[in-house]
Amino acid sequence: MRHFLVPLYAIIIFLVLWELLVWANDWPNYKMASPSDIWPAFWKFKVLFFQYGWDTLWRTVVGLFIAVLCGVFLGMIMGFSKVLREAIYPLLVGFNAIPKATVVPIIALMFVGQHDLNTVLIAFMISFFPIAVSVSIGLSTLEPEYRDILRSLGASKSLIFWKIALPKTLPEFFGALKVAVTLAFIGTNLMEIVSPHGRGLGALFDSGKTNSDYPLMFAVLIALALLGIGLYYVVVILEKIFAGWAERSTD
Amino acid sequence: MSLNVKKDAIIIKDVTHTYKTETGLLPVIKNLNMSIPENGFTAVVGPSGCGKSTLTKLISGLLQPDEGEVYLSGEKITTPRPTVGMAFQNPVLLEWRSIIKNVMLPLEIVPNKLNLQQKEQRAKQLLSLVGLKGFEEKRPSELSGGMRQRASLCRALVHKPEVLILDEPFGALDAFTREDLWQVMHNLRKEEPFTGILITHDLRESIFLADEVIVLSGRPASKQFFVKVPKSKIPKLESLYTSKSINMLKSLRKQIEIAQSLQEQNK
Repeated sequence: MRHFLVPLYAIIIFLVLWELLVWANDWPNYKMASPSDIWPAFWKFKVLFFQYGWDTLWRTVVGLFIAVLCGVFLGMIMGFSKVLREAIYPLLVGFNAIPKATVVPIIALMFVGQHDLNTVLIAFMISFFPIAVSVSIGLSTLEPEYRDILRSLGASKSLIFWKIALPKTLPEFFGALKVAVTLAFIGTNLMEIVSPHGRGLGALFDSGKTNSDYPLMFAVLIALALLGIGLYYVVVILEKIFAGWAERSTD
Repeated sequence: MSLNVKKDAIIIKDVTHTYKTETGLLPVIKNLNMSIPENGFTAVVGPSGCGKSTLTKLISGLLQPDEGEVYLSGEKITTPRPTVGMAFQNPVLLEWRSIIKNVMLPLEIVPNKLNLQQKEQRAKQLLSLVGLKGFEEKRPSELSGGMRQRASLCRALVHKPEVLILDEPFGALDAFTREDLWQVMHNLRKEEPFTGILITHDLRESIFLADEVIVLSGRPASKQFFVKVPKSKIPKLESLYTSKSINMLKSLRKQIEIAQSLQEQNK
């Protein structure tokens, strides 16, 4: 129960402080909307919020899923072969260094009108890097004794991967996945905001901007934060199931 | 030296091994000859970095010697074989598995006819032999260093290997835990006879556990000195403090110093 109540109180205190800040400074809602402005804005567009929230969510999850597949694959290649690691790493770092906001118009032009595809693509591109890096580090830092124990028994390379390398890398993988989740949301929204006639929470944010509906813009931000928290905790639960052994009990 | 292929479980014949490094060739073992009889237990001591761990890799088949041959039970070694059990200084237990599942790991790899229940039975029997009864379902992270090493020994023995290779298994443990584990080793040898080779830096450990102690010369390693250790039926720690043992330790110490100075000269 404590696990649930402590963060809840923290959120309530945060909202109260926010409300007080706006009230004390007497800010108009185009400067800073207060929590009490946000609820009516949400209620007014509640159908759109759920529809577009769903769009944003599934695009992010699909992008993330592709990022996991590609990231694990790249990580495995780089983890097992030193030559390939040296070959791929600079490319990967360079690609990651490019701000994805600059890639958004390129992708949008490349696949004009295919809004879903574009969005998933950006979500994927922004989030696969930490996964690839963590898996490759996890595999390449496997202590040689682990391998020797199995090799001396005559185990094949694939058996060593399944029995030792893969499970041993899981904690690093989930650590990276937590980072990737929030990154994927950023990617999805970048594309949704930029695409004309788009759908998704990003598009709703953009329409708030064009209609000078500032409380709506803030309400979208809160909705995005809630989705992000939700997805993050899904990853935490998966981590508990598959890599719970890595967690030492604190008592 | 007479080589009896039938009787000797491990034979190392004229083995020479050289590593190729970026700065050139690094000879680690040169013309090494030794043999261990079936159910014998030999300790190998020598200065740091003299090629002791290379020796374990050659016996387990993880490495092939440049020259010479290694035989296990009369067969020449060319690849790793499942009749070998290994334990290192680092117990390398798999953190995501319970202790019993860790011990059972070799049985998942080595071909055998045991069913799951028999495998569990076998692992439990070994765990109780080393004093880990009741810890079967614990995770390695819940165990002390000494207990983890006990589990690691069980894993090395679970598939009844012909040869047990121990590469400084007690090196990282405190002195009292180490002495406890020496007793565990004697128990294991009595209940689960094996042919063993023990790499160690601890001379007391070598004469307390092994039937024969071999001193390797400094790199490149060859056999410099050996001593047979007579064993009483019930080994006691006190036996290490008799004048006989102390003399043996003194002469081994002397040999190590010679080996160290040789290695220094060869640099």
